[in-house]
Amino acid sequence: MMRIAIASGKGGTGKTTLAVNLALSLHPEHPVQLLDCDVEEPNAHLFLTPDLSERRAVSKLVPTIDETLCRRCGACAEACEFSAMALLGDRMLVYDALCHGCGRCSLVCPAEAIAERPHTLGVVETGSTHGFPFAHGVLNVGETMATPIIHVLKEAIDPDRLAILDSPPGTGCPTIAALHGVDVALLVTEPTPFGLHDLKAAVGVARTLEVPVAVAINRCDLGDSRVEEYCQEEEIPIVLTIPFDRAIAETYAQGIPLVSASPAWRARFQQLYERLEELLT
Amino acid sequence: MKQILFLSGKGGTGKTTLAAAFAALSRDQVLADCDVDAANLHLVLDVEIEARGDYIGSKEALRDAARCTQCGICVDVCRFRAISPDIQIDPYLCEGCGACVTACPEDAIALEPRVSGQWFNARTPWGPLASAELLPGEETTGLLVTEVKRNMVSLGEETAAQQAILDGSPGIGCPVIASVTGVDVAVLVTEPSVSGLHDLKRIHGVVKHFGIPAYLVINKADLSPELTQRVEAYASDAELPILGTIPFDRTVSDTLASGRSVVESGDSTAGNAIRKIYQRFMEDSNAH
Repeated sequence: MMRIAIASGKGGTGKTTLAVNLALSLHPEHPVQLLDCDVEEPNAHLFLTPDLSERRAVSKLVPTIDETLCRRCGACAEACEFSAMALLGDRMLVYDALCHGCGRCSLVCPAEAIAERPHTLGVVETGSTHGFPFAHGVLNVGETMATPIIHVLKEAIDPDRLAILDSPPGTGCPTIAALHGVDVALLVTEPTPFGLHDLKAAVGVARTLEVPVAVAINRCDLGDSRVEEYCQEEEIPIVLTIPFDRAIAETYAQGIPLVSASPAWRARFQQLYERLEELLT
Repeated sequence: MKQILFLSGKGGTGKTTLAAAFAALSRDQVLADCDVDAANLHLVLDVEIEARGDYIGSKEALRDAARCTQCGICVDVCRFRAISPDIQIDPYLCEGCGACVTACPEDAIALEPRVSGQWFNARTPWGPLASAELLPGEETTGLLVTEVKRNMVSLGEETAAQQAILDGSPGIGCPVIASVTGVDVAVLVTEPSVSGLHDLKRIHGVVKHFGIPAYLVINKADLSPELTQRVEAYASDAELPILGTIPFDRTVSDTLASGRSVVESGDSTAGNAIRKIYQRFMEDSNAH
Protein backbone atom coordinates (compact mmCIF):
# COMPACT_ATOMS: atom_id res chain seq x y z
CA MET A 1 0.00 0.00 0.00
CA MET A 2 0.93 3.64 -0.25
CA ARG A 3 3.88 5.01 1.69
CA ILE A 4 3.50 8.69 2.50
CA ALA A 5 6.42 10.65 3.93
CA ILE A 6 5.55 13.89 5.71
CA ALA A 7 8.62 16.09 5.27
CA SER A 8 9.44 19.80 5.26
CA GLY A 9 12.96 21.17 4.92
CA LYS A 10 12.28 23.76 7.61
CA GLY A 11 11.63 22.50 11.12
CA GLY A 12 8.57 23.30 13.17
CA THR A 13 6.19 23.69 10.25
CA GLY A 14 3.78 21.00 11.43
CA LYS A 15 5.02 17.64 10.13
CA THR A 16 4.08 15.77 13.28
CA THR A 17 0.68 17.47 13.41
CA LEU A 18 -0.03 16.29 9.87
CA ALA A 19 1.30 12.77 10.36
CA VAL A 20 -0.58 12.19 13.62
CA ASN A 21 -3.87 13.66 12.43
CA LEU A 22 -3.74 11.95 9.06
CA ALA A 23 -3.25 8.57 10.76
CA LEU A 24 -6.06 9.23 13.26
CA SER A 25 -8.42 10.42 10.50
CA LEU A 26 -7.82 7.47 8.17
CA HIS A 27 -8.15 4.83 10.90
CA PRO A 28 -10.17 2.57 10.93
CA GLU A 29 -11.43 2.97 7.33
CA HIS A 30 -7.86 2.43 6.08
CA PRO A 31 -5.30 0.05 7.60
CA VAL A 32 -2.78 2.73 8.65
CA GLN A 33 0.52 2.53 10.47
CA LEU A 34 2.62 5.43 11.72
CA LEU A 35 6.41 5.51 11.79
CA ASP A 36 8.15 8.45 13.43
CA CYS A 37 11.42 8.70 11.47
CA ASP A 38 12.59 11.90 13.20
CA VAL A 39 14.87 9.86 15.43
CA GLU A 40 16.78 12.93 16.66
CA GLU A 41 13.65 14.53 18.07
CA PRO A 42 10.75 12.04 17.90
CA ASN A 43 7.52 13.73 18.97
CA ALA A 44 4.59 11.72 17.56
CA HIS A 45 4.43 9.55 20.70
CA LEU A 46 3.68 12.67 22.76
CA PHE A 47 0.37 13.01 20.89
CA LEU A 48 -0.50 9.32 20.60
CA THR A 49 0.87 7.81 23.86
CA PRO A 50 1.46 4.44 22.18
CA ASP A 51 1.91 1.17 24.00
CA LEU A 52 5.48 0.29 23.01
CA SER A 53 5.91 -3.42 23.60
CA GLU A 54 9.09 -4.16 21.67
CA ARG A 55 12.52 -2.53 21.90
CA ARG A 56 15.40 -3.23 19.59
CA ALA A 57 18.79 -1.60 20.10
CA VAL A 58 20.49 -0.26 16.97
CA SER A 59 24.24 -0.24 16.87
CA LYS A 60 27.17 0.23 14.53
CA LEU A 61 30.28 -1.98 14.58
CA VAL A 62 33.39 -0.11 15.70
CA PRO A 63 36.94 -1.47 15.58
CA THR A 64 38.92 -2.71 18.55
CA ILE A 65 42.60 -3.28 18.04
CA ASP A 66 44.54 -6.22 19.41
CA GLU A 67 47.74 -4.47 20.49
CA THR A 68 49.71 -7.72 20.46
CA LEU A 69 48.95 -8.33 16.78
CA CYS A 70 48.96 -4.73 15.51
CA ARG A 71 52.12 -3.86 13.53
CA ARG A 72 51.47 -0.08 13.68
CA CYS A 73 51.54 0.00 9.88
CA GLY A 74 48.75 2.58 9.72
CA ALA A 75 46.97 0.87 6.80
CA CYS A 76 43.63 1.10 8.63
CA ALA A 77 44.01 4.83 9.30
CA GLU A 78 44.94 5.41 5.68
CA ALA A 79 41.91 3.44 4.44
CA CYS A 80 39.38 5.07 6.77
CA GLU A 81 37.40 7.69 4.80
CA PHE A 82 36.02 9.20 8.00
CA SER A 83 39.29 9.94 9.87
CA ALA A 84 38.11 7.66 12.66
CA MET A 85 41.53 6.06 13.13
CA ALA A 86 44.98 7.56 13.55
CA LEU A 87 48.48 6.28 14.18
CA LEU A 88 49.96 8.57 16.81
CA GLY A 89 53.57 7.63 17.47
CA ASP A 90 53.36 4.04 18.62
CA ARG A 91 49.64 4.14 19.38
CA MET A 92 46.64 3.35 17.18
CA LEU A 93 43.74 5.57 18.12
CA VAL A 94 40.09 4.88 17.31
CA TYR A 95 37.45 7.64 17.45
CA ASP A 96 34.14 5.81 17.90
CA ALA A 97 32.12 8.96 17.24
CA LEU A 98 33.58 9.42 13.75
CA CYS A 99 33.38 5.72 12.80
CA HIS A 100 30.62 4.85 10.32
CA GLY A 101 30.91 1.15 11.06
CA CYS A 102 31.78 0.17 7.49
CA GLY A 103 34.39 -2.46 8.40
CA ARG A 104 36.95 -1.36 5.83
CA CYS A 105 39.70 -1.18 8.49
CA SER A 106 39.36 -4.85 9.32
CA LEU A 107 39.38 -5.69 5.59
CA VAL A 108 42.68 -3.87 4.99
CA CYS A 109 44.51 -4.90 8.19
CA PRO A 110 47.37 -7.23 7.14
CA ALA A 111 47.82 -8.59 10.67
CA GLU A 112 44.18 -9.45 11.40
CA ALA A 113 44.53 -7.27 14.47
CA ILE A 114 41.11 -5.63 14.18
CA ALA A 115 37.98 -7.08 15.70
CA GLU A 116 34.68 -5.24 15.87
CA ARG A 117 32.25 -4.63 18.67
CA PRO A 118 28.79 -3.10 18.60
CA HIS A 119 28.47 0.53 19.68
CA THR A 120 24.87 1.43 20.51
CA LEU A 121 23.42 4.39 18.59
CA GLY A 122 19.85 4.25 19.81
CA VAL A 123 16.72 2.17 19.81
CA VAL A 124 13.70 1.30 17.68
CA GLU A 125 10.47 0.82 19.61
CA THR A 126 7.35 -0.74 18.13
CA GLY A 127 3.84 -1.17 19.43
CA SER A 128 0.39 0.18 18.80
CA THR A 129 -1.80 3.17 19.46
CA HIS A 130 -5.53 3.83 18.93
CA GLY A 131 -5.75 0.36 17.33
CA PHE A 132 -3.06 0.75 14.65
CA PRO A 133 0.67 -0.08 14.60
CA PHE A 134 3.14 2.57 15.72
CA ALA A 135 6.93 2.60 15.65
CA HIS A 136 9.63 5.16 16.29
CA GLY A 137 13.38 5.41 16.61
CA VAL A 138 15.34 7.32 19.26
CA LEU A 139 18.94 8.43 18.73
CA ASN A 140 21.00 8.46 21.93
CA VAL A 141 22.10 11.89 23.14
CA GLY A 142 25.68 12.56 21.99
CA GLU A 143 25.48 10.24 18.97
CA THR A 144 25.69 11.60 15.41
CA MET A 145 24.46 8.79 13.14
CA ALA A 146 20.69 8.86 12.73
CA THR A 147 20.40 6.97 9.44
CA PRO A 148 21.08 3.41 10.68
CA ILE A 149 18.19 3.83 13.13
CA ILE A 150 15.90 5.05 10.35
CA HIS A 151 16.83 2.06 8.17
CA VAL A 152 16.03 -0.39 10.98
CA LEU A 153 12.83 1.49 11.76
CA LYS A 154 11.68 1.20 8.15
CA GLU A 155 11.96 -2.58 8.38
CA ALA A 156 8.84 -2.34 10.55
CA ILE A 157 6.80 -1.20 7.53
CA ASP A 158 3.97 -3.65 6.85
CA PRO A 159 3.41 -3.69 3.06
CA ASP A 160 -0.30 -4.44 3.63
CA ARG A 161 -0.73 -1.19 5.50
CA LEU A 162 -0.82 2.44 4.47
CA ALA A 163 2.44 3.74 5.94
CA ILE A 164 2.69 7.31 7.20
CA LEU A 165 6.31 8.35 7.86
CA ASP A 166 6.89 11.43 9.98
CA SER A 167 10.26 12.56 8.57
CA PRO A 168 13.08 14.62 10.07
CA PRO A 169 13.50 18.30 9.10
CA GLY A 170 16.29 19.37 6.77
CA THR A 171 17.48 17.83 3.54
CA GLY A 172 20.49 15.81 4.69
CA CYS A 173 21.12 12.11 5.32
CA PRO A 174 18.25 11.46 7.75
CA THR A 175 15.71 13.06 5.40
CA ILE A 176 17.03 11.07 2.46
CA ALA A 177 16.91 7.86 4.51
CA ALA A 178 13.27 8.57 5.38
CA LEU A 179 12.21 9.56 1.84
CA HIS A 180 14.01 6.69 0.10
CA GLY A 181 11.44 4.35 -1.44
CA VAL A 182 8.25 6.23 -0.48
CA ASP A 183 5.45 6.81 -3.00
CA VAL A 184 4.79 10.44 -2.21
CA ALA A 185 6.25 13.21 -0.07
CA LEU A 186 3.79 15.59 1.54
CA LEU A 187 5.84 18.72 2.24
CA VAL A 188 4.58 20.90 5.07
CA THR A 189 5.57 24.55 4.92
CA GLU A 190 4.61 28.00 6.13
CA PRO A 191 4.20 31.07 3.93
CA THR A 192 7.35 32.89 5.11
CA PRO A 193 10.68 33.45 3.31
CA PHE A 194 12.18 30.68 5.50
CA GLY A 195 9.34 28.31 4.68
CA LEU A 196 9.63 29.00 0.94
CA HIS A 197 13.41 28.72 0.84
CA ASP A 198 13.41 25.38 2.66
CA LEU A 199 10.41 24.09 0.70
CA LYS A 200 12.40 24.58 -2.49
CA ALA A 201 15.27 22.59 -0.97
CA ALA A 202 12.89 19.79 0.08
CA VAL A 203 11.30 19.69 -3.39
CA GLY A 204 14.84 19.41 -4.80
CA VAL A 205 15.59 16.39 -2.63
CA ALA A 206 12.28 14.66 -3.37
CA ARG A 207 12.70 15.20 -7.09
CA THR A 208 16.27 13.90 -7.01
CA LEU A 209 14.91 10.76 -5.36
CA GLU A 210 12.08 10.70 -7.97
CA VAL A 211 9.41 10.98 -5.29
CA PRO A 212 6.27 12.94 -6.32
CA VAL A 213 5.41 15.88 -4.04
CA ALA A 214 2.36 17.67 -2.68
CA VAL A 215 2.31 20.66 -0.32
CA ALA A 216 0.42 21.55 2.85
CA ILE A 217 0.62 25.14 4.10
CA ASN A 218 0.40 25.60 7.85
CA ARG A 219 -0.37 28.96 9.51
CA CYS A 220 -1.38 29.94 5.98
CA ASP A 221 -2.49 33.43 7.04
CA LEU A 222 0.85 34.40 8.65
CA GLY A 223 2.94 35.51 5.71
CA ASP A 224 2.58 36.20 2.03
CA SER A 225 1.53 34.49 -1.23
CA ARG A 226 4.98 33.52 -2.48
CA VAL A 227 4.68 29.85 -1.48
CA GLU A 228 1.42 29.55 -3.43
CA GLU A 229 2.96 31.28 -6.44
CA TYR A 230 5.94 28.95 -6.32
CA CYS A 231 3.68 25.87 -6.14
CA GLN A 232 1.69 27.13 -9.13
CA GLU A 233 4.83 27.70 -11.19
CA GLU A 234 6.16 24.26 -10.30
CA GLU A 235 2.75 22.60 -10.73
CA ILE A 236 2.83 21.23 -7.19
CA PRO A 237 -0.66 20.63 -5.78
CA ILE A 238 -1.51 22.33 -2.46
CA VAL A 239 -3.60 19.68 -0.71
CA LEU A 240 -4.24 21.31 2.66
CA THR A 241 -4.09 24.72 4.31
CA ILE A 242 -4.36 25.31 8.05
CA PRO A 243 -4.84 28.85 9.37
CA PHE A 244 -3.12 30.16 12.50
CA ASP A 245 -5.47 29.75 15.41
CA ARG A 246 -4.63 30.24 19.09
CA ALA A 247 -6.99 27.37 19.97
CA ILE A 248 -5.09 25.01 17.64
CA ALA A 249 -1.78 26.21 19.10
CA GLU A 250 -3.07 25.60 22.62
CA THR A 251 -4.23 22.00 22.00
CA TYR A 252 -0.98 21.31 20.14
CA ALA A 253 0.99 22.66 23.11
CA GLN A 254 -0.68 20.17 25.42
CA GLY A 255 -0.12 17.22 23.11
CA ILE A 256 -3.77 16.85 22.08
CA PRO A 257 -4.22 15.88 18.41
CA LEU A 258 -6.20 18.41 16.37
CA VAL A 259 -8.85 15.85 15.29
CA SER A 260 -9.41 14.83 18.92
CA ALA A 261 -10.05 18.44 19.92
CA SER A 262 -12.00 19.35 16.75
CA PRO A 263 -13.42 16.22 15.03
CA ALA A 264 -14.58 18.38 12.10
CA TRP A 265 -10.96 18.29 10.88
CA ARG A 266 -11.22 14.52 10.20
CA ALA A 267 -12.99 15.13 6.88
CA ARG A 268 -10.26 17.57 5.81
CA PHE A 269 -7.55 14.97 6.41
CA GLN A 270 -9.58 12.28 4.63
CA GLN A 271 -9.93 14.62 1.64
CA LEU A 272 -6.20 15.24 1.76
CA TYR A 273 -5.59 11.50 1.42
CA GLU A 274 -8.02 11.29 -1.51
CA ARG A 275 -6.07 14.09 -3.22
CA LEU A 276 -2.86 12.13 -2.77
CA GLU A 277 -4.48 9.01 -4.24
CA GLU A 278 -5.65 11.01 -7.28
CA LEU A 279 -2.19 12.45 -7.65
CA LEU A 280 -0.62 9.01 -7.87
CA THR A 281 -3.04 7.56 -10.42
CA MET B 1 36.54 35.37 19.72
CA LYS B 2 33.56 34.31 21.77
CA GLN B 3 31.30 31.86 19.92
CA ILE B 4 27.56 31.97 20.70
CA LEU B 5 25.49 29.15 19.19
CA PHE B 6 21.68 29.10 18.88
CA LEU B 7 20.11 25.64 19.18
CA SER B 8 16.67 24.26 19.91
CA GLY B 9 16.27 20.53 19.32
CA LYS B 10 12.84 21.11 17.83
CA GLY B 11 12.72 23.06 14.59
CA GLY B 12 10.83 26.28 14.02
CA THR B 13 11.11 27.62 17.55
CA GLY B 14 12.88 30.83 16.49
CA LYS B 15 16.64 30.15 16.38
CA THR B 16 17.20 32.20 13.22
CA THR B 17 14.89 35.01 14.33
CA LEU B 18 16.82 35.33 17.58
CA ALA B 19 20.27 34.90 16.00
CA ALA B 20 19.48 37.63 13.44
CA ALA B 21 18.19 39.93 16.19
CA PHE B 22 21.33 39.39 18.28
CA ALA B 23 23.39 40.15 15.17
CA ALA B 24 21.51 43.41 14.58
CA LEU B 25 22.09 44.45 18.21
CA SER B 26 25.85 43.65 18.31
CA ARG B 27 29.02 44.93 16.63
CA ASP B 28 32.54 43.61 15.96
CA GLN B 29 31.31 40.17 15.04
CA VAL B 30 31.14 37.43 12.44
CA LEU B 31 28.07 35.34 11.67
CA ALA B 32 27.80 31.69 10.66
CA ASP B 33 24.84 29.67 9.45
CA CYS B 34 25.42 26.11 10.61
CA ASP B 35 22.01 24.91 9.42
CA VAL B 36 23.37 24.02 5.99
CA ASP B 37 20.38 21.75 5.14
CA ALA B 38 18.09 24.72 5.38
CA ALA B 39 20.24 27.84 5.69
CA ASN B 40 18.00 30.83 6.38
CA LEU B 41 20.09 33.46 8.16
CA HIS B 42 21.04 35.18 4.89
CA LEU B 43 17.33 35.68 4.13
CA VAL B 44 16.91 38.18 6.99
CA LEU B 45 20.20 40.00 6.42
CA ASP B 46 20.99 42.35 3.61
CA VAL B 47 23.71 40.16 2.08
CA GLU B 48 26.23 40.78 -0.64
CA ILE B 49 28.03 37.57 -1.56
CA GLU B 50 31.78 38.10 -1.81
CA ALA B 51 33.16 34.61 -2.28
CA ARG B 52 31.66 31.29 -3.20
CA GLY B 53 33.04 27.85 -3.96
CA ASP B 54 32.22 24.20 -4.44
CA TYR B 55 32.47 21.99 -1.43
CA ILE B 56 33.76 18.50 -2.10
CA GLY B 57 32.92 16.56 0.99
CA SER B 58 32.12 12.96 0.31
CA LYS B 59 32.95 10.22 -2.10
CA GLU B 60 30.83 7.80 -4.01
CA ALA B 61 31.63 4.27 -5.21
CA LEU B 62 31.51 3.91 -8.99
CA ARG B 63 31.68 0.55 -10.76
CA ASP B 64 33.60 -0.12 -13.94
CA ALA B 65 31.20 -2.48 -15.73
CA ALA B 66 33.93 -3.67 -18.13
CA ARG B 67 36.04 -5.05 -15.28
CA CYS B 68 33.25 -6.32 -13.03
CA THR B 69 32.75 -10.11 -13.08
CA GLN B 70 29.57 -9.88 -10.97
CA CYS B 71 31.15 -12.06 -8.26
CA GLY B 72 29.03 -10.34 -5.62
CA ILE B 73 31.76 -9.92 -2.99
CA CYS B 74 30.99 -6.19 -2.80
CA VAL B 75 27.32 -6.91 -2.19
CA ASP B 76 28.21 -8.93 0.90
CA VAL B 77 30.80 -6.50 2.18
CA CYS B 78 28.61 -3.37 1.96
CA ARG B 79 26.96 -2.75 5.33
CA PHE B 80 24.75 -0.01 3.96
CA ARG B 81 22.92 -2.29 1.51
CA ALA B 82 23.89 0.12 -1.22
CA ILE B 83 24.81 -2.57 -3.77
CA SER B 84 22.01 -4.65 -5.29
CA PRO B 85 22.44 -8.35 -6.22
CA ASP B 86 22.93 -7.30 -9.86
CA ILE B 87 25.76 -4.95 -8.72
CA GLN B 88 24.03 -1.61 -9.10
CA ILE B 89 25.27 0.98 -6.58
CA ASP B 90 22.56 3.19 -5.09
CA PRO B 91 24.20 6.63 -4.64
CA TYR B 92 21.69 7.56 -1.91
CA LEU B 93 22.56 4.54 0.21
CA CYS B 94 26.31 4.61 -0.56
CA GLU B 95 28.21 5.95 2.46
CA GLY B 96 31.43 6.48 0.47
CA CYS B 97 33.40 4.22 2.82
CA GLY B 98 35.30 2.25 0.19
CA ALA B 99 34.86 -1.19 1.77
CA CYS B 100 33.73 -2.45 -1.66
CA VAL B 101 36.84 -0.92 -3.26
CA THR B 102 39.05 -2.84 -0.85
CA ALA B 103 37.10 -6.08 -1.26
CA CYS B 104 36.76 -6.12 -5.06
CA PRO B 105 39.22 -8.69 -6.48
CA GLU B 106 39.00 -7.14 -9.97
CA ASP B 107 39.74 -3.49 -9.09
CA ALA B 108 36.41 -2.68 -10.67
CA ILE B 109 35.21 -0.11 -8.12
CA ALA B 110 36.70 3.30 -7.41
CA LEU B 111 35.76 6.06 -4.99
CA GLU B 112 35.11 9.35 -6.75
CA PRO B 113 34.82 12.68 -4.95
CA ARG B 114 31.51 14.47 -5.34
CA VAL B 115 30.58 18.11 -5.09
CA SER B 116 28.08 18.09 -2.26
CA GLY B 117 27.39 21.75 -1.79
CA GLN B 118 28.57 25.31 -2.03
CA TRP B 119 30.01 27.47 0.72
CA PHE B 120 29.71 31.23 0.52
CA ASN B 121 30.98 34.24 2.43
CA ALA B 122 28.91 37.40 2.37
CA ARG B 123 29.01 40.96 3.60
CA THR B 124 26.10 42.01 5.84
CA PRO B 125 25.39 45.25 7.72
CA TRP B 126 26.18 43.44 10.98
CA GLY B 127 29.46 41.75 10.01
CA PRO B 128 30.67 39.09 7.60
CA LEU B 129 28.63 35.90 7.23
CA ALA B 130 29.87 32.38 6.49
CA SER B 131 27.16 30.12 5.12
CA ALA B 132 26.61 27.22 2.75
CA GLU B 133 24.05 25.32 0.80
CA LEU B 134 23.83 21.58 0.43
CA LEU B 135 22.98 20.35 -3.07
CA PRO B 136 19.73 18.34 -3.37
CA GLY B 137 20.29 14.72 -2.45
CA GLU B 138 23.70 15.33 -0.85
CA GLU B 139 24.48 14.11 2.61
CA THR B 140 27.70 15.49 4.06
CA THR B 141 25.96 17.89 6.37
CA GLY B 142 28.34 17.63 9.33
CA LEU B 143 31.45 18.13 7.20
CA LEU B 144 29.92 21.16 5.49
CA VAL B 145 29.13 22.66 8.91
CA THR B 146 32.80 22.21 9.82
CA GLU B 147 33.76 23.98 6.58
CA VAL B 148 31.42 26.90 7.38
CA LYS B 149 32.96 27.20 10.85
CA ARG B 150 36.44 27.20 9.34
CA ASN B 151 35.40 30.07 7.06
CA MET B 152 33.84 31.85 10.02
CA VAL B 153 37.10 31.66 11.98
CA SER B 154 39.09 33.05 9.01
CA LEU B 155 36.62 35.91 8.56
CA GLY B 156 36.87 36.58 12.30
CA GLU B 157 40.65 36.74 12.16
CA GLU B 158 40.61 39.07 9.15
CA THR B 159 38.24 41.50 10.84
CA ALA B 160 39.53 41.07 14.42
CA ALA B 161 35.99 40.16 15.49
CA GLN B 162 35.24 39.88 19.22
CA GLN B 163 32.31 37.50 18.90
CA ALA B 164 30.69 35.02 16.56
CA ILE B 165 26.98 34.34 16.28
CA LEU B 166 26.19 30.85 15.01
CA ASP B 167 22.73 29.76 13.89
CA GLY B 168 22.41 26.02 14.49
CA SER B 169 20.24 23.33 12.99
CA PRO B 170 17.35 21.46 14.58
CA GLY B 171 17.85 17.95 15.94
CA ILE B 172 20.66 16.53 18.05
CA GLY B 173 22.65 14.57 15.45
CA CYS B 174 25.56 15.04 13.10
CA PRO B 175 25.19 18.72 12.03
CA VAL B 176 24.36 19.84 15.58
CA ILE B 177 27.36 18.07 17.07
CA ALA B 178 29.59 19.50 14.30
CA SER B 179 28.31 22.99 15.17
CA VAL B 180 28.83 22.56 18.93
CA THR B 181 32.59 21.92 18.69
CA GLY B 182 34.58 24.92 19.95
CA VAL B 183 31.55 26.96 21.01
CA ASP B 184 31.74 29.04 24.21
CA VAL B 185 28.06 29.35 25.04
CA ALA B 186 24.75 28.00 23.70
CA VAL B 187 21.40 29.79 23.68
CA LEU B 188 18.58 27.23 23.58
CA VAL B 189 15.33 28.48 22.06
CA THR B 190 12.15 26.60 22.89
CA GLU B 191 8.42 27.00 22.62
CA PRO B 192 5.83 26.09 25.25
CA SER B 193 4.54 22.73 23.98
CA VAL B 194 5.02 19.10 24.95
CA SER B 195 7.19 18.71 21.83
CA GLY B 196 9.24 21.81 22.57
CA LEU B 197 9.91 20.64 26.15
CA HIS B 198 10.71 17.05 25.12
CA ASP B 199 13.19 18.25 22.49
CA LEU B 200 14.68 20.89 24.79
CA LYS B 201 15.63 18.19 27.31
CA ARG B 202 17.47 16.25 24.59
CA ILE B 203 19.38 19.23 23.15
CA HIS B 204 20.23 20.36 26.68
CA GLY B 205 21.62 16.84 27.20
CA VAL B 206 23.84 17.30 24.15
CA VAL B 207 25.30 20.66 25.23
CA LYS B 208 25.89 19.31 28.76
CA HIS B 209 27.56 16.23 27.23
CA PHE B 210 30.04 18.58 25.52
CA GLY B 211 30.43 20.76 28.62
CA ILE B 212 29.04 23.94 27.07
CA PRO B 213 27.26 26.47 29.30
CA ALA B 214 23.74 27.21 28.12
CA TYR B 215 20.92 29.72 28.49
CA LEU B 216 17.23 29.33 27.67
CA VAL B 217 14.76 31.56 25.82
CA ILE B 218 11.06 30.66 25.69
CA ASN B 219 9.50 31.93 22.47
CA LYS B 220 5.73 32.45 21.95
CA ALA B 221 5.41 31.98 25.70
CA ASP B 222 1.83 33.28 25.88
CA LEU B 223 0.50 30.61 23.48
CA SER B 224 0.42 28.18 26.41
CA PRO B 225 0.98 29.62 29.90
CA GLU B 226 0.64 26.10 31.32
CA LEU B 227 3.44 24.65 29.19
CA THR B 228 5.56 27.77 29.75
CA GLN B 229 5.34 26.95 33.47
CA ARG B 230 6.40 23.38 32.83
CA VAL B 231 9.37 24.56 30.74
CA GLU B 232 10.33 26.99 33.52
CA ALA B 233 10.10 24.22 36.09
CA TYR B 234 12.41 22.04 34.00
CA ALA B 235 14.89 24.90 33.58
CA SER B 236 14.90 25.52 37.32
CA ASP B 237 15.51 21.82 38.12
CA ALA B 238 18.17 21.50 35.45
CA GLU B 239 19.89 24.77 36.49
CA LEU B 240 19.40 26.21 33.04
CA PRO B 241 19.21 30.02 33.39
CA ILE B 242 16.29 31.62 31.56
CA LEU B 243 17.15 34.85 29.69
CA GLY B 244 13.52 35.71 29.15
CA THR B 245 10.33 34.98 27.28
CA ILE B 246 9.04 36.35 23.97
CA PRO B 247 5.30 36.74 23.36
CA PHE B 248 3.67 35.59 20.14
CA ASP B 249 3.66 38.63 17.86
CA ARG B 250 2.56 38.85 14.23
CA THR B 251 5.22 41.55 13.72
CA VAL B 252 7.80 38.73 13.65
CA SER B 253 6.40 37.04 10.55
CA ASP B 254 5.64 40.42 8.94
CA THR B 255 9.21 41.69 9.31
CA LEU B 256 10.58 38.30 8.22
CA ALA B 257 8.52 38.63 5.04
CA SER B 258 10.28 41.93 4.34
CA GLY B 259 13.71 40.35 4.89
CA ARG B 260 14.57 42.19 8.08
CA SER B 261 15.16 41.29 11.70
CA VAL B 262 12.36 41.91 14.19
CA VAL B 263 14.45 44.41 16.20
CA GLU B 264 14.71 46.64 13.12
CA SER B 265 10.98 47.27 12.94
CA GLY B 266 10.77 49.88 15.69
CA ASP B 267 8.53 49.19 18.63
CA SER B 268 7.03 45.71 18.82
CA THR B 269 6.30 43.47 21.79
CA ALA B 270 8.54 40.68 20.45
CA GLY B 271 11.29 43.14 19.48
CA ASN B 272 11.27 44.75 22.93
CA ALA B 273 11.36 41.36 24.64
CA ILE B 274 14.36 40.33 22.52
CA ARG B 275 16.22 43.57 23.37
CA LYS B 276 15.83 42.75 27.07
CA ILE B 277 16.96 39.17 26.50
CA TYR B 278 20.01 40.41 24.62
CA GLN B 279 20.90 42.82 27.42
CA ARG B 280 20.57 40.13 30.09
CA PHE B 281 22.65 37.72 28.03
CA MET B 282 25.44 40.26 27.54
CA GLU B 283 25.54 41.20 31.23
CA ASP B 284 25.41 37.64 32.48
CA SER B 285 27.70 35.95 29.99
CA ASN B 286 30.32 38.69 30.32
CA ALA B 287 30.24 38.27 34.09
CA HIS B 288 31.23 34.60 33.72
